[in-house]
Amino acid sequence: MSGGPAGFVKDLAGRRTASLRNALLPWLLWLIPLVFLALFYFYPLVRILTISLTRGERLAEPFIQAFSSATVRSVLWFTIWQATVSTLLTLLLGLPGAYLLARYDFRGKGLLRALTGIPFVMPTLVVAAAFNALLGPRGWINIALMALFDLSAPPIQFTNTIIAILVAHVFYNTTIVLRMVGDFWSHLNPRLVSAARSLGANNWQTLTKITLPLLMPAILAAALLVFIFDFTSFGVILVLGGPRFATLEVEIYYQTISLFNLPVAAVLSMLQLACTLGLTVAYTRLSARVTRPVALRSRQITQRPLVTRRSKLFAAIMIILLIALLTTPLLALAARSFTRIGPERGQRGPDAPEFTLDFYRELTINRRGSVFFVPPVTAIGASLGYALATVVFALALGLPASWALARDSGSFINRALDSILMLPLGTSAVTLGLGFIVALNRPPLDLRASPVLIPLAHTLVALPFVVRSLTPALRSIQPRLRQAAAVLGASPGKVLRYIDLPLVGRAILVSAIFAFTISMGEFGATALIARPEFPTIPVAIFRFISQPGALNFGQAMALSTILMAVTAAGMLAIERFRIADVGEF
Amino acid sequence: MRKSLWLIYLLIIFSLGLAACGPEGTESSRPSPEATQMEATEGPEADAGTITVMTHDSFEISEEVLAQFQNENDVRVEFLKAGDTGTALNRAILAKEAPLADVFYGVDNTFLSRALAEGIFDVYQTPLLEEIPDEFELDPEHRALPVDYGDVCLNYEKAYFEENDLEPPGNLEDLLQPEYEGLLVVENPATSSPGLAFMLATIGHFGEDGWLDYWRGLVENDVLVVNDWETAYYSEFSQWGGTRPVVVSYGSSPPAEVIFAEEPIEEPPTAAVTADESCFRQIEFAGILHGTDKREMAQKWVDFMLSPAFQEDIPLQMFVFPVNENAELDETFQKFLAVPEETAEVSPEAIAENREAWIQAWTETVLR
Repeated sequence: MSGGPAGFVKDLAGRRTASLRNALLPWLLWLIPLVFLALFYFYPLVRILTISLTRGERLAEPFIQAFSSATVRSVLWFTIWQATVSTLLTLLLGLPGAYLLARYDFRGKGLLRALTGIPFVMPTLVVAAAFNALLGPRGWINIALMALFDLSAPPIQFTNTIIAILVAHVFYNTTIVLRMVGDFWSHLNPRLVSAARSLGANNWQTLTKITLPLLMPAILAAALLVFIFDFTSFGVILVLGGPRFATLEVEIYYQTISLFNLPVAAVLSMLQLACTLGLTVAYTRLSARVTRPVALRSRQITQRPLVTRRSKLFAAIMIILLIALLTTPLLALAARSFTRIGPERGQRGPDAPEFTLDFYRELTINRRGSVFFVPPVTAIGASLGYALATVVFALALGLPASWALARDSGSFINRALDSILMLPLGTSAVTLGLGFIVALNRPPLDLRASPVLIPLAHTLVALPFVVRSLTPALRSIQPRLRQAAAVLGASPGKVLRYIDLPLVGRAILVSAIFAFTISMGEFGATALIARPEFPTIPVAIFRFISQPGALNFGQAMALSTILMAVTAAGMLAIERFRIADVGEF
Repeated sequence: MRKSLWLIYLLIIFSLGLAACGPEGTESSRPSPEATQMEATEGPEADAGTITVMTHDSFEISEEVLAQFQNENDVRVEFLKAGDTGTALNRAILAKEAPLADVFYGVDNTFLSRALAEGIFDVYQTPLLEEIPDEFELDPEHRALPVDYGDVCLNYEKAYFEENDLEPPGNLEDLLQPEYEGLLVVENPATSSPGLAFMLATIGHFGEDGWLDYWRGLVENDVLVVNDWETAYYSEFSQWGGTRPVVVSYGSSPPAEVIFAEEPIEEPPTAAVTADESCFRQIEFAGILHGTDKREMAQKWVDFMLSPAFQEDIPLQMFVFPVNENAELDETFQKFLAVPEETAEVSPEAIAENREAWIQAWTETVLR
């Protein structure tokens, strides 16, 4: 390149700083996510656990109490069992759905994808009301069955059963599989499958020998997230499962709030964390083993229209299944928000229901002159504001972290940090909420009542999703591409910009949508921190549904419908962004 | 490109930092110590600035009533809603070294002992206690001052009993009769505040020896248990989405059904069972948080909460009743209201001592 010895020495020196930079790079990339986690996760968590454990007389006592308790053992067993079954069922519906979204191009696909994402944001109390309208003792289905077979009692018992818990988990989490696996799948090269076929492999062999192994990283990532969500499930268990079922999270709530037995609650929180950690460590090992670099292809190449009769039949079945399971409960709820039901008889009058906009109108009237009255526009604004902040925070922290992870998945720090990133998902919300109180209580970090805690708390939950969506995509970029770019003189920054970013543009959008929906639907942290003057939509819904009266219930349904509409609009808007899709390939 | 990457990094740090520190000076609920000192030199009368009142989620107040206090005292009142009753109290307890607010409102008699034992309140001997009947003053040292009360009672759907030609239940014992089989839905005392209150009503009424037998009888009569009031009322109660015409709710739910009806109605569609010792009375307290540096204004706020102006605002905002004898009740409210003459009594000390054992015994009896 350069002539003479001087030039050679300069070149050498340059190479040395470059290799130093390469050694330091992972640490630099991890710096900001780690500082964030240290400040807003580990510090509050360690503080509350220490304070809780030292409240007791002897340190060992809560451990003995918790581990010798038959209740705790059965709760732990049930927690693991229901999470496993829920996750398997979610995959059972999600994987064929992901195939549909990944391989076929049809009208209304974006809408279908948005519709299947809406359950994710709905508050549990509202979802319970929706399921009740469908499957409750006086729900549509029971009434229809009773009329059809001339029965005197409702044949389907739904609420307070294990079935309700499993169905609700599938309802909430299928979108995770659809998006994570679906978007990875949509970039897999279909020629691999064609090649296998032409070599004589049948459908089953191609699926098990080619497609599934290649998809494994994305499937594992989605399954892990779904499992942790089910494992720490609270609202679904409490509201739909009823008093006979308890997960660890429910037990932690009971020990903390009802009994104020903080030491035992702390031990249970640590148990829950230990399970999460064990799981993520196992995941990291497994995922490193199954990941193979594959050439990602543009979706223009991978997708085909529905032409054959078989594909049309498959699409029809899948669309009906997805809509029936994920959308009908929500439709029931939206319908209820436009229905006036007899003046005196609640939901069972003989009078025909009438169409009404009263509940929406009522939302804008401060009839009681309350200080805390909030017009729906304000709640929508607050929700969108927090959601956008969460998207920005989560992407800003998640991009460098996943880039570091993808560069060198085998290194010890990456393996360790990868697991650590997942911990906030598996942490008891009750415990962490109290942790904020005892930790962030001194200037400059007196954030206990500050609204900024809301997007920060949401980011803790969103970050694992961002990292899990981005890392498989980044890892699948063939190292040869990066090496080639580097050999041709591209700096790491250039490699990132011209190789990595365009190849994972789609994954970035998926991450953004996850962050957005997590924030839109989050209730626990928001309810504790939100200033009463600026509640988010879920918090405002809760205000209505926790009071008796037709107008209150109707307004809760109306606000829920608004939440669905705003969420769907937000998701469709994000999907319209195109961060350099891999179209040119 | 590398430069712009670092620029993005800096921007993130900056925005995170800004986010963390931003609200501190401008809109944080607790002003920094310096700000408080400045106010102190000017005298609390001249400009007391802001006081913060921490409450549970159900707290409500009218705009005009609040404005009245703010104008009279030249102060801004900020509210901090901190979750359900138990959650809000736990947060106040854990924050007691650096209190989140100046006044806490919303601890009830089922949680009172916890609040007092943890020492979160300062003593305040307000002159307004004279206007409040002694039965509400559960803390003889006047740290927790009674503000309002509400009764947790059985509610029933009138139409169901008319249609089926059945007498509505008149008291707790009635629900053991075979004709009431499968009619009742209650909330789990481990997770629900009305659920706990109703369990306490049965303990107060049947005594420590008899209450579990009563529950055994209810189980035989096919009682349904759910975890929260919302599910009981809106999903299982026959007035709404369910099949059970008797539900554990509040004495004020029937008037609320009138006030929040879709169209104006004359009569509430539901009624409360208010026989002697069939309801449990929840009394809610407020107190000045230990460690406040705005003691004087906090006293004024507490006095205001106990004065007729605020007390008369309570029923239509929060659907509970004022403790001040001089407060007058709203008409609609009074018209449909059934207030039990005699409620089932269990002392806060007994609740604190036995809560866990009672809930456990209840769980073994009813759920296993």
